[in-house]
Amino acid sequence: MNLLERLLHKCRRKSPWIFHLNTGSCNGCDIELVTCLSPRYDVEQIGIHLEGSPRHADIICITGPVTRNTLEAVKTVYSQVCEPKAVVAIGSCPASCNVFAGSPVIEGPLSKHIPVDVYVPGCPPHPDAIIAGIARAAQILADRGVPEKKKGELQK
Amino acid sequence: MNLTGMIHLFLFPGMLFAIPAGWFFVWGEHKAVARMQRRIGPPLLQPFYDFVKLTGKSTPSRHGIEADLLRLYPAISVLSLIGAIALLPVIPDGRGFSGDGILMVALLELPSVCFILAGFTSGSIFGEIGAIREAVLSVANNLVFLLAIVSVAVTKGTFSLSELAAPTWNPGHWIGVLGILLCIPAKLRLNPFSSASAEQEIYSGPLTEYAGAALGMWNLAHGLEWVALTGLVTVLVLPVGGPWWPHAILFVAVSFAEVLLLSAISAATARFTLKRSIRFYWEWAAVLAVLAITSSMYMRFRS
Repeated sequence: MNLLERLLHKCRRKSPWIFHLNTGSCNGCDIELVTCLSPRYDVEQIGIHLEGSPRHADIICITGPVTRNTLEAVKTVYSQVCEPKAVVAIGSCPASCNVFAGSPVIEGPLSKHIPVDVYVPGCPPHPDAIIAGIARAAQILADRGVPEKKKGELQK
Repeated sequence: MNLTGMIHLFLFPGMLFAIPAGWFFVWGEHKAVARMQRRIGPPLLQPFYDFVKLTGKSTPSRHGIEADLLRLYPAISVLSLIGAIALLPVIPDGRGFSGDGILMVALLELPSVCFILAGFTSGSIFGEIGAIREAVLSVANNLVFLLAIVSVAVTKGTFSLSELAAPTWNPGHWIGVLGILLCIPAKLRLNPFSSASAEQEIYSGPLTEYAGAALGMWNLAHGLEWVALTGLVTVLVLPVGGPWWPHAILFVAVSFAEVLLLSAISAATARFTLKRSIRFYWEWAAVLAVLAITSSMYMRFRS
């Protein structure tokens, strides 16, 4: 990779802007995600920034088991985030539908509809785990922006 | 353009200085807010990381005249702000021309006009609401801003920036500088006058539909606005004379102190509604501006 590509790789890793999407969550994971922005966890230290518009975001943080009403929103928001992008599924609901599994109004799990990069398990997960998940997603996002033939140089 | 003009536009205080200084001031803003909230805050290079990342992102495909206009607005903002910063008489060498103060005011106003137009062009409902709010706020604060600048100009009897930059003990000058300082939060869309880009109500206002490099340019324009507006206040309060380098260091230090002060105020206050913002500028700040202009006119007629 040349110098510019290396710089872009580093900057993508250092500046993950997230968009939070609730797909019918019980609000438990949402509270834990918002806790990450608080003085105790302060995710701004690693460049994480909660954005209001999906157009500005790099990482979509999805909570909830994907209800029938929110399915279209998930697809729309996923298409509105510009490449390169990554998806973090927060909590047990997007991974397995959790206690809502089998309900006729649940369209989950999330991976049936959009590709998921990182699962953060827990009901709800600890804020530290969420931050670790977003940091992992930022790494995946940065690697995804690298052209396929140059991926081998990343390990160097 | 002669060599000094080129140096001012491209080296100091123009492009080569202004862009890193803009990032530094944006970092100062975020860090000050973080410290006020007992957080640690972003690393020093965060605005630079954000800019490079946004430049490397893809953008949604748009067609037609809107696509070109949406790309043009942030570019105009950045260029006009670099022009405004280059006009600042940081190093007092008697350059400039009569009336460059008027050009400076016009260049400082262009980004706000572009911001409003961007909101309407984007077609997003949040963009339109943000654009209307920005337009109303701009009318509100410009009354005070222009009166304050005119009162500073009246004390010297000129609009030439290099002559305005030499402060005197005339009260009209200092009340005018205070009036300019009061308008900076509204021009930078900081709390308590942040209703145009109120992220909890209308996402990012006119910038909601922006993505990628164009959004990066808007963020850069915000940094440059910091440099231009705090720089304008700084050149009006710093004494002139002496070698150039203590001037340059003092210029950056005083501007950064203003950034910290305004960010601390922004962290400590809640957002005013549009009506209260207008009342603030047209009632309280306007009194100050009228006081500034009458005192400078009085001093002028007395002398």
